[in-house]
Amino acid sequence: MSGNPSSVPDTWRKPPFIANPFIRWTVYLGVIGYIVWVGASLPINWQRVAEGIGRAQRIFGGAFPPNFERSQLLIDGFLESLKIALLATAGGVALSIPIAFMAARNIAPLPIYYLGRAIIIIARSFHPVIVAIIFVKAVGFGPFAGVLTLIVYSIGFVAKMLAERIEEIDFGQVEAMRAAGAPYLSTLFYAIFPQIMPRQIGLSIYQLDSNLRASAVVGIVGAGGIGATLANAFGRYDYDFALAITMVIVGVILISEGISGVIRKRIG
Amino acid sequence: MNSISNQFGREDWSRYTPKQRMQRYAAFAFCALALGWALGSIDVIWVWVWDAPEQMGDLLGRMYPPDPTNLGDILRVLLETVNIATFATGFGVLVSLPVAYLAAQNTTPNRATLWLGRLILVTSRSVNTIIWALLFVAIFGPGVVAGILAIMFRSIGFIGKLLGEAIEEIDKRPVEALEATGASRFKVIVYAIIPQVMPTFWAVAILRWDINLRESTVLGLVGAGGIGIILQGAIDTFNWPEAATVLLAILALVVLGEVVSAFLRRRIL
Amino acid sequence: MLKITDLVKRYGDGDPVLKNLDLTIEGESVVSIIGSSGAGKSTLLRCINRLVEPTSGTIELNGTELTRLRGRELRAARRKIGMVFQSFNLVDRLTVMENVQSGRLGYISTWAAVMRRYPKKDIRRAYELMERVGIAHYADKRADQLSGGERQRVGVVRALMQDPEILLADEPTASLDPKTSEQIMGLLRDLAGELKLPVLINIHNVTEAKAYTDRIVGMRYGRIIFDDTPENLDQDAMDRIYSGSPHADRSGDMKEAS
Repeated sequence: MSGNPSSVPDTWRKPPFIANPFIRWTVYLGVIGYIVWVGASLPINWQRVAEGIGRAQRIFGGAFPPNFERSQLLIDGFLESLKIALLATAGGVALSIPIAFMAARNIAPLPIYYLGRAIIIIARSFHPVIVAIIFVKAVGFGPFAGVLTLIVYSIGFVAKMLAERIEEIDFGQVEAMRAAGAPYLSTLFYAIFPQIMPRQIGLSIYQLDSNLRASAVVGIVGAGGIGATLANAFGRYDYDFALAITMVIVGVILISEGISGVIRKRIG
Repeated sequence: MNSISNQFGREDWSRYTPKQRMQRYAAFAFCALALGWALGSIDVIWVWVWDAPEQMGDLLGRMYPPDPTNLGDILRVLLETVNIATFATGFGVLVSLPVAYLAAQNTTPNRATLWLGRLILVTSRSVNTIIWALLFVAIFGPGVVAGILAIMFRSIGFIGKLLGEAIEEIDKRPVEALEATGASRFKVIVYAIIPQVMPTFWAVAILRWDINLRESTVLGLVGAGGIGIILQGAIDTFNWPEAATVLLAILALVVLGEVVSAFLRRRIL
Repeated sequence: MLKITDLVKRYGDGDPVLKNLDLTIEGESVVSIIGSSGAGKSTLLRCINRLVEPTSGTIELNGTELTRLRGRELRAARRKIGMVFQSFNLVDRLTVMENVQSGRLGYISTWAAVMRRYPKKDIRRAYELMERVGIAHYADKRADQLSGGERQRVGVVRALMQDPEILLADEPTASLDPKTSEQIMGLLRDLAGELKLPVLINIHNVTEAKAYTDRIVGMRYGRIIFDDTPENLDQDAMDRIYSGSPHADRSGDMKEAS
């Protein structure tokens, strides 16, 4: 600090993360106050929680060893989940393409852009399980509700990513096509699709993987697939069968994650 | 034109070599077969499928106009939902730190701990929040405790994996420099590793909080607390106008959550 | 006194990088090690503080045998060996003061380290040294906001904070521009005199080695083939040090430079 060596300071404090002391203490007190308030206000029944320890022992005792005897039920549930995931991915990706174009600022006119964005935001905001209970009420129990749910889920992700990709495309190529006198559709096919296709294929495979995961849970609220089998097992206190199902779900998810990773690496 | 094509001696052109083309056809055929199999064997009643747009329209019609009579209750429970997500994210972050340490190749003490760390991450990530919630509701009974634990257990894998990868990608030179000063392992971690992974840490924690807000809205459907309970109640009693209000409230919450997390990201990073 | 006897370092089954090397450094001399890339200079330096594990041989620093030390004893020995790196190896996201104080990590308690509650005498010492090298006004700045020369000064101060008995510098100027590089070399020479500290510098730039050090050690393929004062480093010795190496063209540049 000063050039005079005799006045060398012997204290040092790390500069605080928030420089303004008023804001800093407000943030600190706010965080502490929040924690205390939430800790006090959450409706927690501690006695019931304490009983849980014994229950946990019973549940885990009942779950081991996992029971694979009803493997036919397991396989059927899984195949149904796989079908749901496949159809939902195909439907979702197909629907995502027009929605993504609607939601791309550099292509769509403003009102259509807002409509496209709104569809994406709504599809993204609702957890698939919520979408699933609504579809179950509308179209009845079973895999069809699951397919519809995961189509919505796929749109939320694929259309968003694709719209971002479209907004990044190189417009020089589009202009070159237009300058060559190409009609609108040809421009679309030759200048825009080639730029988004690699991303689109990667996204589709990723989404198939996500849909397979999600299809395992939408079944819990009645939308078909392995989730329904799992929820039934839980409901009937068949914890050994539930554990078997969970283990198979984890295994399949790991395998599908590995496969989708390999394919995306080879394409990308 | 003619002169040019003569010059090069060929007029045909195709984008792919025959082998590439065969591979592409094979991939297309495989996809088509898979879809055909799924469509042909899935257990749906097709009459209902053709009926679906009408049913959906009917449902939406019954939802309109949304009924705000219970708005006060809904907002109160919505706040509880936010608290569940925030607390669970906080606990999840705390627990994921040591797990990330174990699961990163360059910090884990030995091979056994490396595999332990990876096992925890895989288990946590592969089991969905709802399934965790089913388990904890069975153990601790319905309520927010099960919800917080479910979201926390799912978050550990997510945060731990990304954080572990960040630890593996740090610049190793400062670590070497501090080892050369005679600092203990723990001090090297505090001074050379933690500062380097802090940005990732905050980014991942904020991202997960945003995701957890969404996840906590469905906990109630399996009895683990939060707004889902009210939604389930409204749907079960066919009170569609109230269900519509709840859905709008969830939409607002999620959009608000995205705005807040974008703000935090800008401020902290 | 640093005394290296019969040091061998071999990676895997390959040819040894260091071949039965002997070297003694006494008093407070500034010694430079020159040689083409791959001659084993960096490995030699890293064997001394055991960032690289020697295959055989002994290294003795002021009566302590370093090659057999483990755990706590090794850390205590490392405290006494300061090291300056080619790419500075600072923690970018910490402040200059924290980087400087990290040289004291081997001495202070874990609690003090985590809470950044450094002892008063360490803080005074840090300010004195930073003042000496001209970076005291950066104490609260983050390390990545400094220029290359300033960053290397932080690296030097960090090493000196260890209160070392010897200072190792691994290509300390290779990432710097010529002017800054001369300043750092001058600083190392002056500090060695002021603190009565032996300094061992790996260096590519022979001109700087001649200008700033008392003794030059020439290495070739893991052996010391020249060890004398700078005046005696003639063209013949240069040719022997740099000839026949895969980087013969580089030695050409050096000759012109010198």
